Amino acid sequence: MNGSGLPENIPPHAEPASGGGVLSWIDRRLPVISAFRKEYVDFPMPRNLNALWNFGAILCAVLVLMLATGIFLAMNYTPTAAGAFMSIEMIERQLPGGWALRAMHVTGASLFMAALYIHLFRGLYYGSYKQPREILWLSGLGLLVMVMVTAFAGYVLPWGQMSYWGADVAGKAVGAVPVIGPTLEHIMEGSDQLGDIFIHRFFVLHFVMAFAIVAIVGLHVAALHVPGPNNPTGKPVNARDTVPFHPYYTTKDLTGLVVFALVFVALAFLWPDLLSEPENYRPANPLHTPADIEPEWYFLPFYGMLQSVPSKFGGLLAAGGSIAILFAVPWLDRSSIRSARSRPLCRAGMAGLVAAFVLMGLVGRHHAEGGWMIVGRIATLYYFSYFLVLLPLCARREMRGTAG
Amino acid sequence: MDEQGQQRCDTPGRHAARRHGALLSGLVVLGLVSGGGAMARDYREPPRQTWSFQGPLGHFDMGAVQRGYTVYAQVCSACHGMKSVTYGDLAGLGLKESDVDAIAHAHHVPAGVDAGGHALSRPASADDHLLSPYPDARTAAAANHGVMPPDQSRLAVVHPGGVDRIYAFLTGYGQPAPPGMVVPQGMFHNPYAAQGLTAMPPPLHEGGVTYPDGTPATVAQQARDVTTFLAWVATPHLTERHRLGVGAVVFLVFVLILSICLKRRTWSNVP
Ligand code: HEM
Repeated sequence: MNGSGLPENIPPHAEPASGGGVLSWIDRRLPVISAFRKEYVDFPMPRNLNALWNFGAILCAVLVLMLATGIFLAMNYTPTAAGAFMSIEMIERQLPGGWALRAMHVTGASLFMAALYIHLFRGLYYGSYKQPREILWLSGLGLLVMVMVTAFAGYVLPWGQMSYWGADVAGKAVGAVPVIGPTLEHIMEGSDQLGDIFIHRFFVLHFVMAFAIVAIVGLHVAALHVPGPNNPTGKPVNARDTVPFHPYYTTKDLTGLVVFALVFVALAFLWPDLLSEPENYRPANPLHTPADIEPEWYFLPFYGMLQSVPSKFGGLLAAGGSIAILFAVPWLDRSSIRSARSRPLCRAGMAGLVAAFVLMGLVGRHHAEGGWMIVGRIATLYYFSYFLVLLPLCARREMRGTAG
Repeated sequence: MDEQGQQRCDTPGRHAARRHGALLSGLVVLGLVSGGGAMARDYREPPRQTWSFQGPLGHFDMGAVQRGYTVYAQVCSACHGMKSVTYGDLAGLGLKESDVDAIAHAHHVPAGVDAGGHALSRPASADDHLLSPYPDARTAAAANHGVMPPDQSRLAVVHPGGVDRIYAFLTGYGQPAPPGMVVPQGMFHNPYAAQGLTAMPPPLHEGGVTYPDGTPATVAQQARDVTTFLAWVATPHLTERHRLGVGAVVFLVFVLILSICLKRRTWSNVP
């Protein structure tokens, strides 16, 4: 492996902005303009990137949208058990444009997670986690966990039936950890019943996480700009096969963003029922358990795992482990071949991985009842054996191939 | 049924064939929209109706919404509140500000207690909410054979079976109870109620209300109108939302065409 030649694309040397004018005056004192030019105008990009490389830019755009809408929602939200539900109703009914603000924030959360899964899959498929991009991968996974926590905390805030009972399930799952579980549960919930303290805590958590995510995205993108992007072949590109970021990838990212925006407005304004859970329009009622407690679609695969493993703690381990294992992927897969395009076995295995993930979601939706329980166990088993058995074996075979 | 179908097409033998992104995302979408588990229903399946507000381009028939408000105000509001809704929100029905104020003033809301501890009330204003006529849940239940009339702010969204069931329920009284069913004192049989029993007496009667627009107030007409009103209250911005959505889609398609042209021109010199 080429440990020495870390950067695969050498960014061009940036000249400070020359000449007179305010911009060059600033640039000579704080080189933000030449840095921007270097990283976002002249930055050499492989010219063979496909549409899956659009999702990083899409995620950034959605993040900005979430912050912009979220700040105005927060100004009108009341973080108390008695006031939360009514304040959301007030936003939807009495605040001018509040319904649109909320539609965008809610749809944004769903599509953020969807884009995140695609973005992650792209990295997994083309081997973007391999050296020299390990930190990029790890920071991305950090973001995944943070976005999940933020999404969950946000879903609690309207304090509808699903908010309340979802939080109840999550609290009990945390409580199932041996020895420290009850303490953890108490730290999370703040008191013996889910009420004011809990809502206030999760409101602060939701808000703080959102800004922490922005900071980590900064690191993530900085880490990307050291080696430059990977590409669908997985092989380093030479300078002849690169194009400057602007205007090539600015126009391409713009096109991707507009397609994404089309999906976004269609879901937010024309088919809102596809993503919304009617039960959450009932105010939280601690005395009445809903017949069907179900998380948002993006947590269903983990919910499926939680339910198809017989012991509560076991289920928690499986669900947590399914994310934790992704952190180890750069070290489980030691092959120097990056892209699944050149790894037929991996490629087939990964198709199975996606199918297993979707199946686990369906299992979650059906509460692992009857036959779904078996499906859930098989899918969970496959998910873990892909990373722990198939991927390392595949890598070992490939390394033997290159050595011999 | 269709869930089993999906399960079948996911047998491992076909995994290898499904390598491509499009197919994979198709699967994700399948997972998204496939219905929930078969929930046992404890009411008769309501006949499907067509409503102008259904579908991605649906809109409210405001005439029906206004007539529905007449029914709500004269009939339903005797027992049900809409605590998320303010009198001011009724402006969305197409009422003038003075009409809204007049409606609000005709109602009274609690205003604390006087020095002797007696409850006071004052005429409502546009910012007041359409409260339940009962002071608390216990009183509401006691007045209705132990069942509290539910709040109607979001009823059309949260009620299992949705608007079709509300309409079927309102027009479903008076049928003979199936043999073997005991209808307790004070309860009524209605096949669209849970377990076929409801504590709500038949609310609608031929000519029970008088519509300002002269529409004959049959039971079916009132049921249809008040159901439309409940749907409007549950999603008052639906028409506007759809209009905004269509506008945004048209605009974005236009921008998409431009950006594709721009991208193609930019990339035309890249081999
Ligand atoms: C808040 C969430 C995230 C944001 C805003 C974000 C942003 C970005 C951006 C702008 C890029 C460059 C454009 C692109 O390649 O698409 C990128 C690349 C990358 N991201 Fe993320 N990301 C996020 C989460 C993640 C997650 C969850 C992972 C997976 C663990 C991840 C892994 C990567 C990798 C490996 C690359 C480089 C891919 C390559 O060039 O082949 N990111 N990210």
